[in-house]
Amino acid sequence: MRIILHIWRQRSAGEKGRMVRYEVPNVSEHMSFLEMLDVLNEDLTMRGEEPVAFDHDCREGICGMCGAMVNGIAHGPLPGTTLCQLHMRHFKDGDELYLEPWRARAFPVVKDLVVDRSAFDRIIAAGGFIAVATGSAPDGNAIPVPKDDAEKSMDAAACIGCGACVAMCPNASASLFMGAKMAHLGLLPQGQPERERRAVAMVAQANRELFGSCTNIGECEAVCPKDIKLEVIARMNRDFLRAKWAGEEGVAGD
Amino acid sequence: MSAIAINPIYRAVRFYEAPIGKKAVMAITGVMLVGYVIGHLLGNLQIYASDPEQINRYAAFLHNPANAIPLWAIRGVLLAAVILHITASVQLWLQNRAARPVGYVKKDDVPASYAARTMIWSGPIVGAFIVFHVLHLTVGAVLPLEDINQNPHTPNVYENVILGFQNPWISGFYILAMILLCLHLYHGMWSMFQSVGISHPRYTPKLKKGAAILAILIAIGNCSIPIAVMAGLLHL
Repeated sequence: MRIILHIWRQRSAGEKGRMVRYEVPNVSEHMSFLEMLDVLNEDLTMRGEEPVAFDHDCREGICGMCGAMVNGIAHGPLPGTTLCQLHMRHFKDGDELYLEPWRARAFPVVKDLVVDRSAFDRIIAAGGFIAVATGSAPDGNAIPVPKDDAEKSMDAAACIGCGACVAMCPNASASLFMGAKMAHLGLLPQGQPERERRAVAMVAQANRELFGSCTNIGECEAVCPKDIKLEVIARMNRDFLRAKWAGEEGVAGD
Repeated sequence: MSAIAINPIYRAVRFYEAPIGKKAVMAITGVMLVGYVIGHLLGNLQIYASDPEQINRYAAFLHNPANAIPLWAIRGVLLAAVILHITASVQLWLQNRAARPVGYVKKDDVPASYAARTMIWSGPIVGAFIVFHVLHLTVGAVLPLEDINQNPHTPNVYENVILGFQNPWISGFYILAMILLCLHLYHGMWSMFQSVGISHPRYTPKLKKGAAILAILIAIGNCSIPIAVMAGLLHL
């Protein structure tokens, strides 16, 4: 099938970008979205043009590197899927697709569809960890964890930090990402001692990175390739408010 | 010295500085405003009493000089809640807009998020409506208001409401504002729980449904009055 692409081309962070139209004939329905871009890039290289830069790594939907807005939806129209796991069979012959990078002040464009997501790394470095060495995996039931908590923690731990939540959020908020990390750690016994400090530190770092804040719209949840739920944001709000209102962290500097 | 011992005003300022703190303030002031909207509607529905004097007696009770202190206390609390609610929302809106300086060429939205995305529009229009509503039926700046026996403590609410709503422009603006209030309340009434950290996969969907039903009931109750006047069901 034939796919028409409008892709954001921007040579470097400092330069102005624009949408450029490309046609990809002979797209197989078995190709993944990124394989279609590979085909386009081969063609562009053969013609002596600059190939389209896009982030990717595992192409199995588990690393969090890939992602672009496809017709205004992060990771494209199929729910619960990363861009690399979106296959061309979900599109029709002659479809016109607009590809744009994640847009947020905290995610500056590096080139074409590649954005700098190191703001996420700095949020993790601010508090998204357990400060003591936890050693190798303990014996199965050495530390009892209620089944429900283990399940919820695992669901939250599925977050791959791709940034689709920020890209889709009308406020460019990183709340779903932060909530997922806080739920992942805060539901387990090892994560308890730093739970309040973690909430305050990660939220403060997100503010320094100039992410927006959550207004409970739910577009993040709708595009999250790992189906992280808004519930994790409520959990973050709870941890944060408890810490700010009553805890020792309430007067900590941002 | 324990951090807990630090001046509570300083603590409150630190709390409000954080966006999540502002959202909590919006949730708490939102509860107060929803409570007022419901109480106000229940008071207004007395216009349907078989005795047209029923609502005038209620107005005379509220305007009785003996009740001036509680009346002004409630008005003061409501005004403070409105100011805090608006200030926090404007500050968050400005911050959130700045978080995406370059927008998308093409952006799709989740259909169910319509009420949530339009809060920043439904809010100011409802705010402007409240100003108009106070000018219309409290201050008397839109149409001259009638008092019973020229006594300002006994307004003739029944007559004022009917004379006001016989004007289709006034009725139309009231109905439009109430439809927007319905959208605003639907999002606000479930989202306030999320903002203060209450969310559950089993109960939140029910909460959303409950918020929708309550918001629609409030809109029906409020819109029914101008519609009843224009249809001639309520008349002098």
